[in-house]
Amino acid sequence: MKNNSRRGFMGKAFGAVAGVGAVASLYAMKRSWDPLPSVKAAGFTTLDMSAYQENELVTEKWRGKPIFVLKQSAEMVKKAQENPKDIERLIKVGDAYFMVSIGLCTHLGCIPGYDPDEESFLCACHGGTYDYTGEVTKAPPPRGLDIPPFKIDGMKLVLGEEGPEYKKMKETGVTL
Amino acid sequence: MAHFTKATSLHDWLNQRLAIDTLRRVLATEYWIPKNINFLWAMGMVLAITFAFLLVSGIFLLMYYQPNVDLAFDSVNYTIMQEVGYGWLWRHVHGVAASVVFLVIYIHMFTGIYYGSYKNGREMIWLSGMLLFVAFSAEAFSGYMLPWGQMSYWAGMVITNLFSMGGLHMDGLVEWIRGDYVPGQAFLNRFFMLHVLLIPLAILGLIGLHFGALRIPHVNNQDGEEIDFDAEAKKYLAGDKANSKVIRFMNDFMSKDMMVVGIYLIFFFYLVFYHYDFAMDPVNFDPANGLKTPTHIYPEWYFLWSYEILRPFSTNVGLIAFAFAQVIFFLLPFLDRSPNAIPASRRGLFKYWFWAMLIDMIILTAMGKVPPAGLFSAIGFYAALTFIGLWIILPFVTKFEKKV
Repeated sequence: MKNNSRRGFMGKAFGAVAGVGAVASLYAMKRSWDPLPSVKAAGFTTLDMSAYQENELVTEKWRGKPIFVLKQSAEMVKKAQENPKDIERLIKVGDAYFMVSIGLCTHLGCIPGYDPDEESFLCACHGGTYDYTGEVTKAPPPRGLDIPPFKIDGMKLVLGEEGPEYKKMKETGVTL
Repeated sequence: MAHFTKATSLHDWLNQRLAIDTLRRVLATEYWIPKNINFLWAMGMVLAITFAFLLVSGIFLLMYYQPNVDLAFDSVNYTIMQEVGYGWLWRHVHGVAASVVFLVIYIHMFTGIYYGSYKNGREMIWLSGMLLFVAFSAEAFSGYMLPWGQMSYWAGMVITNLFSMGGLHMDGLVEWIRGDYVPGQAFLNRFFMLHVLLIPLAILGLIGLHFGALRIPHVNNQDGEEIDFDAEAKKYLAGDKANSKVIRFMNDFMSKDMMVVGIYLIFFFYLVFYHYDFAMDPVNFDPANGLKTPTHIYPEWYFLWSYEILRPFSTNVGLIAFAFAQVIFFLLPFLDRSPNAIPASRRGLFKYWFWAMLIDMIILTAMGKVPPAGLFSAIGFYAALTFIGLWIILPFVTKFEKKV
């Protein structure tokens, strides 16, 4: 009996030590899988917004992801103004309006293609479509194209920094 | 200390230290296999041999493969394919075996379902087998990343995005899995580790469990007959081999097993030498490019059925349907409410359930391959609903089955 309780105590003591060790090593393992600081610090991208042509999609790169920039024609802006959901998605730099978004389908991350005649995006993977402001027009994508954090700086757009316009978009739920 | 005597031979020397005679008896000569089985019972050995081919070809590929985003593509497509003597052979054996292994797994699974070999004490065989299926799926996916072509990259992107759990937007989890915002060096390195070490270790352990699970219930037979293995073994050992319902695993049953393996290997090497291209997607011969999605992304054929269950729905519903498809086969022994462990042909409604399930999965596979538009989209949608529906009705179909 005395032996048994002693063994029981030793078992519990070992269990406690092993438990602490297991939790600690799981934490270390989790941290080892985290993105490296050098990856996370992968800088900011600055775009010169005066260089784009109307209704011509340009794909930039930010943190390894494609960024769609589509300068809106006067006609497109007029159409977008009729629909508050559309106009809210556009970014005004100087006098021009731009659609700037992460060029990955919000369904499962394929890159949609742009058709300038149809003024719409089609994702070939699962058939989702978006209009020229990046708003979703056909499922399966659950929402419009995500807008990257941005800050307007004169005629420049800094991606990766959160300006007041971006914060407002986040608050109103225009983007995630 | 145990008592050892002077050995009379090498055999005796080993026997005293390792009990090799007992081992041989327990594992081979007195491991009993029913006589009334057919070639479908050889699929386990076919799988074991295919796994051995994957292991050996993998070892040779490992000696030249470079897990680096700048070097991986060329190390496979130039170094291994052009420079290494017979490097092409290892690659084609590896690629063909990775594809064929799933064909045999599916035959093995559906054999088990048809003959009811997953219940009445055989539940652990089924569950360990399903764990092996999951491990092989993870092994196939991680291996598919390694050549770092367009399909590798975009399959990696799409599959890791599944972990954002749709509407839950767990992008942090996705980035954690990748070690980057998009698949990159960290991603390639960790999937390389998973493919060559962690998952193969798990597979080896699971194979041990799968074999062990077979030990007590023994293999089923094609008549669903309940055999008293002890009594039949006694008969056999007493010399009445003709009337005994069982034979030794080795060499008797193995000789038949290896005959099937031999025929399989002719088919296998025919594919390796003349039709390896079916396992090599042409799109994956373009190097990975994060700024250009291939026009049509589809998984390898063996994942198409579950991919097609994901595809026709909106994100969240699709993910739930997909998760359902991934786990539901695990529950088969518990959803089948009938005590009959006999061939489906003698089980009334279950016979139709079995063939409906098999045909539905073939339809899902075919629809997963074609672009998601028009009629194909509709067929895929209804086939996905049928898949879910079949599982929902299974407990009712089997509950009212007559006991045979």
